[in-house]
Amino acid sequence: MIAFLGYGSLLLTLALAIAAIALGLLSGPRRRPAWLALAHQAALATWPTLTLAAVCLVSLLVTDHYEIGYVANVTSRAMPLYLKITAWWGGQAGSLLFWSWLMATFAAAALLRKWDQDRDLMPYVIAVMMVTLGFFVALIVLFENPFAPIWITSTGETVEAMLQPAGTFAFTAIDGRGLNPLLRHPGMIIHPPMLYTGFVSFVVPFAFAVAALIARRADDAWIRTTRRWTLVGWLFLSLGLILGGRWAYDVLGWGGYWGWDPVENAAFLPWLTGTAFLHSVMIQEKRGMLKKWNMILIILTYALVIFGTFLTRSGVLSSVHAFAQSAIGPAFFGFIAFTFVVSLALLFREWDHLSADNQLTHMLSREAAFLLNNVLFLGIAATVFWGTVFPMISELATGQKISVGPPYYNQVTGPQFLALVILMGIGPLLSWRTMSPQRLGRMLRVPAAVAVVVVIALVLAGITNPIALVAFASAALSTATTLTEFVKGTRARARANAEPVWTAFLGLAARNRRRYGGYIIHLGVLVMTAGIIASNVFQEETQGQLLPGEQLTVGNYVMVYDDLQQFTTDDDREVTRATVSVFRDGRLLEALHPRSDFFLSSEQSMTIPGVRSAIEDDFYVLLTTWDGSGSGAATFKVYVNPLVNWVWAGGLIFILGTLVAAWPDAREPRKVVLAQRAAPATGD
Amino acid sequence: MLKRILLWLGLCLGLLLGTPQAEAQNSQPSDDEVNRIAKNLYCPVCENIPLDVCGTVACAQWRETIREKLAEGWSEQQIVDHFVTLYGERVLARPSTNGLTLLIWVLPPLAVLAGAVAWWRFLRGARKTAIVAARTVAAPNASPAVGQPPAVGQPPAVGQPPDPYLARMEQEFKHSKTTRSTP
Repeated sequence: MIAFLGYGSLLLTLALAIAAIALGLLSGPRRRPAWLALAHQAALATWPTLTLAAVCLVSLLVTDHYEIGYVANVTSRAMPLYLKITAWWGGQAGSLLFWSWLMATFAAAALLRKWDQDRDLMPYVIAVMMVTLGFFVALIVLFENPFAPIWITSTGETVEAMLQPAGTFAFTAIDGRGLNPLLRHPGMIIHPPMLYTGFVSFVVPFAFAVAALIARRADDAWIRTTRRWTLVGWLFLSLGLILGGRWAYDVLGWGGYWGWDPVENAAFLPWLTGTAFLHSVMIQEKRGMLKKWNMILIILTYALVIFGTFLTRSGVLSSVHAFAQSAIGPAFFGFIAFTFVVSLALLFREWDHLSADNQLTHMLSREAAFLLNNVLFLGIAATVFWGTVFPMISELATGQKISVGPPYYNQVTGPQFLALVILMGIGPLLSWRTMSPQRLGRMLRVPAAVAVVVVIALVLAGITNPIALVAFASAALSTATTLTEFVKGTRARARANAEPVWTAFLGLAARNRRRYGGYIIHLGVLVMTAGIIASNVFQEETQGQLLPGEQLTVGNYVMVYDDLQQFTTDDDREVTRATVSVFRDGRLLEALHPRSDFFLSSEQSMTIPGVRSAIEDDFYVLLTTWDGSGSGAATFKVYVNPLVNWVWAGGLIFILGTLVAAWPDAREPRKVVLAQRAAPATGD
Repeated sequence: MLKRILLWLGLCLGLLLGTPQAEAQNSQPSDDEVNRIAKNLYCPVCENIPLDVCGTVACAQWRETIREKLAEGWSEQQIVDHFVTLYGERVLARPSTNGLTLLIWVLPPLAVLAGAVAWWRFLRGARKTAIVAARTVAAPNASPAVGQPPAVGQPPAVGQPPDPYLARMEQEFKHSKTTRSTP
């Protein structure tokens, strides 16, 4: 019953989306406000209908309805309630529904805002968003239905279908298979929703961009309207990536946080082009240039958002042939091709109207630096894209599968990331239009000196790895530049307004949130850079088989193996848990419990590390194998990951900066400043 | 099993005593030596999990194979080649530079290079047209010269010369406000 209600509301959503597309497209050129109003309402109505479908699915999941195929596949009786709810996005069909529901949420939010100023864009904004939503809902309805019950034939085969196929009987599983063990983690609550939210929120700027093309509006209204949407989308995507890294580090048990796995790349690609877009729209806003380029960037970002979902959902990664077997893969492929070609065709139709208001004339200018930043971000995106799809190309062309692992990505993207870090130290110093080399040289003096001091200090500390030295020097240069910008701005403002330094600093950031939010983001990236370099270049590892009481040495740490315990838990796990004591300089730091969980029903195991985390490094130990015969012998793999906490700390600074940049402008910033200025006087 | 533990203990003892035990090392390569090679290999079954950290039985057997080959005196290259012969190039974490696979190494740097060249040509081309335009029009751009305080956008400073940095920022800020299409 609930299943039929859910499926029915999916069908209704599809009908509403199609109606909204048709009404929107028809109302635009004919200027029929009544049709537009209907399109608007139909588009808004997809949210309640999809919400109803989602409520139906979640209620089936939490009440153990094992007659439904999806429920039986992703939940089991032993799973705690929160995991049963997160199972909504734990499998293929459910995650498509989740994607659609988020998309409908963002569409509704974008449609509920005041849109008098972009009335001529709205018909097409509605159409583009509903085309995207309609596609995903159609996928669910046609190919991946989470509401389909299980039916069993007389020969014992099971099929999933909404209506009972002839000659079959209803089937209810006694218990479900349960969620993939790797997904049974609190990270499951937050990481996929963040990534998907980031994905769908990029659809909003794309919809406005395409609407501007269809409505033939050459101005940058679409950029200004969607600036905050883009930033919010970017924020969620960044959060999703950082949290994903943290989850991998805590749970996947290989000592790292980023493995250049195709699924990670799928989320990283739109982030890269989105970051290029965020930078290059500033040139259009300030100087009226790069209008075509910004269109291309947002079209690319949208295509990569859909491509990312396609990569993770179509099975194409395991084999090109699996892709051909599922109906969903070709459908995705067709949709990406369709939207990409149509958007580009619309762009070419408007090509001549999107000419620049100004000329870019000097290599030493903020515009040129932003453009170079775009070249680098797109270069990295092209590299990652190529590395991700190449195994499929190779398999298709020669029948030979190949692997593309971290050594490839590190080697090819490394120099490009390094160039970006250096550019981060020079770009903010450049003024718009032009700047003399002498003046830039003068401004770079202090940051360059800081970089030199850092290198000397590192060499004195015994670090001779050239890659690390160059990377740390670049990061130091950029950090110095960014901090100098804060100091200069604060000082200038304090002098001009006769304010105390702290007030001047806050006033400065409040008045130009985007600029200083951006600099805070840069600082976050630089802190992460230090963490990434150190944890990659200076990671130490060792592995050994120990008997209780024996020890293993890595770096400055000594680990003593104390004992091994085995027990089963209520939620169907067989746990093997070791106790080890970690010493440094002869002093006991902490006892850790690396363990291995074996999930009895799914026969999958999971290795959970023991981690002792500190600002300078992490001691990370994995229990890899053990002797079941009772000797107590166990093999441990131990890592020392220097500065890995800087990656997370940098991530927090990064998020903070994005929030500062995305925070809505106060109506009257002057008043805020005045109020702050008055505060110390009354406080005394 | 016991033999391996004993050997391992012997090795540890040897290391602790500080006497190089070359023979022992040759006969029983350490886990670290095995992992150094396994790190850059993938087994065909476990997708995207490097061999040194993969927990499956099949991968444990591969690591044992590496250990045996090392003990027999094989070089790293020989061992890697052995796996490639058996299972194809998919075992390599770092793609080879043979045949079609060469493209994976060549294309991205070429793309970046092309981007950089396009960037440079774009700037140079724009500069040329700007110079031509400047010759035909008397006042091409009424922007203030860099480094000098612009006349607009100054907060009422209390009897002080306007600060160039703040002036530049104020101006940028004003610009972004005034060009906003609708309030």
